[in-house]
Amino acid sequence: MLSYQFDWSIITSGKYHDWLVAGLKTTLQLSAISIVLSFLLGLLIAVMRMGHNRPARWFAHAYLEFFRNTPLLVQLFFWYFGSYKILPTAVNDWLNSVGFEFGAAVIALTIYTSAFIAEDIRSGVLSIPREQMEAARSAGFSYLRSMQYIILPQAVRITVPPLVNQFLNLAKNSSLAMTIGVMELTYQARQVESYTFKGFEAFTAATVVYVLLSLLITFLVNVYNEKVLNIHKGA
Amino acid sequence: MITFQGVHKWFKQLHVLNDINLHVTPGEVLVVCGPSGSGKSTLIRTINQLEPIDQGTLIVDGRDLSDKKTDLNKLRAEIGFVFQQFNLYPHLSVISNITLAPIKIRGTSRAEAEAQAMTLLERVGLSEKRDAYPAQLSGGQQQRVAIARALAMKPKIMLFDEPTSALDPEMIGEVLQVMQDLAKSGMTMVVVTHEMGFAREVAHRVVFMDAGAILEEAPPLEFFSRPKHERARQFLRQLLTPMQCQIP
Repeated sequence: MLSYQFDWSIITSGKYHDWLVAGLKTTLQLSAISIVLSFLLGLLIAVMRMGHNRPARWFAHAYLEFFRNTPLLVQLFFWYFGSYKILPTAVNDWLNSVGFEFGAAVIALTIYTSAFIAEDIRSGVLSIPREQMEAARSAGFSYLRSMQYIILPQAVRITVPPLVNQFLNLAKNSSLAMTIGVMELTYQARQVESYTFKGFEAFTAATVVYVLLSLLITFLVNVYNEKVLNIHKGA
Repeated sequence: MITFQGVHKWFKQLHVLNDINLHVTPGEVLVVCGPSGSGKSTLIRTINQLEPIDQGTLIVDGRDLSDKKTDLNKLRAEIGFVFQQFNLYPHLSVISNITLAPIKIRGTSRAEAEAQAMTLLERVGLSEKRDAYPAQLSGGQQQRVAIARALAMKPKIMLFDEPTSALDPEMIGEVLQVMQDLAKSGMTMVVVTHEMGFAREVAHRVVFMDAGAILEEAPPLEFFSRPKHERARQFLRQLLTPMQCQIP
């Protein structure tokens, strides 16, 4: 006996459709910005972790252990509820200009994911033969330049599969931002459900969109691999 | 050009360089040979400071390497180093392998660096491989590219660390030929090798090492016909006629 009346029209057009689309847009923005920032930050932390500067190495190590070992939800709450008391005025002003919820979510997702990305990059670098660094150094490159031109370009290639995983995790983790009021996809699906009681349709739509988003990220990284990195030409 | 004075180096307990005194003049081709573990690779790697020394003085191109103020990156840019395992950059094409350092370190324009790289590739007989990737080349070809890569920085000294030891026998000749041409052009070269034919034909002087010390130092003719040291005689016998050596 099926007493539930399906009504798919609410997600294909009308007000509730618009809410979901607005939510998707926010999810895309949040994910895209955080993916780029977390990759750059992860790269920086990885280089610091492996470098010769002792304080930088120590800092990177502490950073990794700290942010990998605390729940993302707690970090999200920390940046949203706790951070404005300790952050510099300039950062708070920026956060308010982009929407404090959105800014806090970007910071939390970026920092959290960067710790995992840094470890992936580091293991990629460790898998590059030591002789590559020797060849670079003996050509006259400094440690950082050797990293930039010779080691990291090779390491990033090896790191692509785990990096895709981190990007996918980030995109999916962005749904946690609803807990601090970011009006992203999951938040909007929840809204639609509470206005219409059409929970099945709303969350089915959200689920399908998350799957498509993940497939899109995988696809883009694969295109980047083949077109930009020429991954099949090298060794 | 290169002067060792009382140089020592230890790996923990192991005395890998024991009181090395050696002078290499500009334009000289010096071959270093000796059994494995004798310290010859360590010796050549101290010249561009891939291995630091623990004691003594080492002066390369007028620069005192024990001086903390010596800019090692600058020094290394003036010294070409060729590795046993080639160590080409696998993510870059042949031409990019050669032009990377001139462009990024010397600030040479891409057009100029590529023109120069093509000249070098012609010199090592590989101009048709400019767009190939290292994995697509044979060992001998990779090593010739590695030599071209080192020469692209217009080095004052070329160091070769067993450049043919990882090669199939039929590829050794092509690499030695390139090295011989280079020697004829007046390059200062230090070559660690077991290729005694090369030593005989090309070297100005042969240094024989064992257990971290230099045991013998002589022009090749003298070294091969009348080795003074018993250890050197034994080494040459094994190298030249390995099958006739008796197991003691």
